[in-house]
Amino acid sequence: MRIFDPHIHMSSRTTDDYERMRASGVTALVEPSFWLGQPRTSAASFVDHFDALLGWEPYRAAQYGIAHHCALALNPKEANDPRCTPILKELPRYLEKDSVVAVGEIGYDSITPAEDEALAAQLELAARHGLPALVHTPHRDKLAGLERTLAVLAESELPPERVVLDHLNETTVDRAADSGCWLAFSVYPDTKMDEARTVAVLRRLGLDRMLVNSAADWGKSDPLKTRKVGDAMLAAGFGEDDVDRVLWRNPVEFYGLSGRLDLGERERPELFEGNSIARGAPAGR
Amino acid sequence: MLTDPDLTPEGRAWLDGVAGAEGWETAFTAAGRHVGRDHADAARVELLRVARPDAETLTRLYQRGDAAERRAVLLALPELPLGPEALPLVEDALRANDARLIAAALGPYAARHLDQHLWRHAVLKCVFIGVPIHEVAGLADRADIELARMARDFAAERAAAGRPVPDDVRHILSLVPDFPPVQEA
Ligand SMILES: [Zn+2]
Repeated sequence: MRIFDPHIHMSSRTTDDYERMRASGVTALVEPSFWLGQPRTSAASFVDHFDALLGWEPYRAAQYGIAHHCALALNPKEANDPRCTPILKELPRYLEKDSVVAVGEIGYDSITPAEDEALAAQLELAARHGLPALVHTPHRDKLAGLERTLAVLAESELPPERVVLDHLNETTVDRAADSGCWLAFSVYPDTKMDEARTVAVLRRLGLDRMLVNSAADWGKSDPLKTRKVGDAMLAAGFGEDDVDRVLWRNPVEFYGLSGRLDLGERERPELFEGNSIARGAPAGR
Repeated sequence: MLTDPDLTPEGRAWLDGVAGAEGWETAFTAAGRHVGRDHADAARVELLRVARPDAETLTRLYQRGDAAERRAVLLALPELPLGPEALPLVEDALRANDARLIAAALGPYAARHLDQHLWRHAVLKCVFIGVPIHEVAGLADRADIELARMARDFAAERAAAGRPVPDDVRHILSLVPDFPPVQEA
């Protein structure tokens, strides 16, 4: 089973996770920028985070045979903090980098005017830089947040086929599907979606424009949830080709809209006899 | 001089069009998408060679660059008319743990300008993380008794842990003929 996790926060995971993911079939992923688990105190903190997503994380991932791309943005939560918003001025330079395949994750957290502004501005940046957008739907007041998201999207230059709406569930997926956007499900141990419910949605709505991710962040989460959904799909009677479509071809098609996805030749750092991270581990996995 | 004879005609035409032109900094970032990522290092170095940026511009490109852009800045240093003013970039790369950056930082520019103490530590770091030391410019000229001592102590530490001693340690010791050989455990 080949797996592309279209939304996973590897900065908060260990090398053990990379190793287990690779062993489960994950060979590509997109890491959206997000918060640090605690509030940032300056825009410069984003610069360090972007550096990690453009340098260190791809390097770590490559040692386990995983192609790492990223999505960059000012996240919805911190869009409310005037200490952080100056990063919006720095974003255009970063959105030109080779491994940036989307603007994200953007969207709503507490649904405030500052979030309205950041969302609209970053949708425009996505259009200007030829990138699709990863838009998360809020955890609280989700349906109202989705409606507001769709209203802002409708006013933006970015067409729905270049937008994915994430963290969807049974209460929001039908409205989201009507919009023409791509649809994504974050599968978690206790929150958001689980494997069985995700499979039920796939059975009801089909596989077109569907993405499944593990998101795996600072909280209780599981970077192998993509694989578990694949297994659950097979157990529920879907075929191998269906699984490949949801877990590989769909994310490749969506992020391929950027024109920057580089999967053919995994960019592996010249693996000299084991390096600082792989030290003591078998090289050349 | 790093040039790329294998550039496709399209890649060459693109590079000739942007080199030295206004907006070359944007081209520097996007080079991999125009010439192919395998040729990105050489294309970026060529852009820098033509533009001859000062240390301030180089610093900005490095600090706001991704790993590939940083590597290109480091590779270009010996080909640019610079004194020691770009050393902070080399030192930054040597603090990283990315083997590609460390290897790129230890070219002829570092051989010429890097302080001997930092240079020795950089060489030892290469042995430590597995960057082949034949990639270190000027190794034979700068290797000294103190580097040999550090290499020998490192070998002793590896031997004590029951781990193999990298061949590069013996190579360093062979460059310092007056130094006593490694005792194998
Ligand atoms: Zn997320």
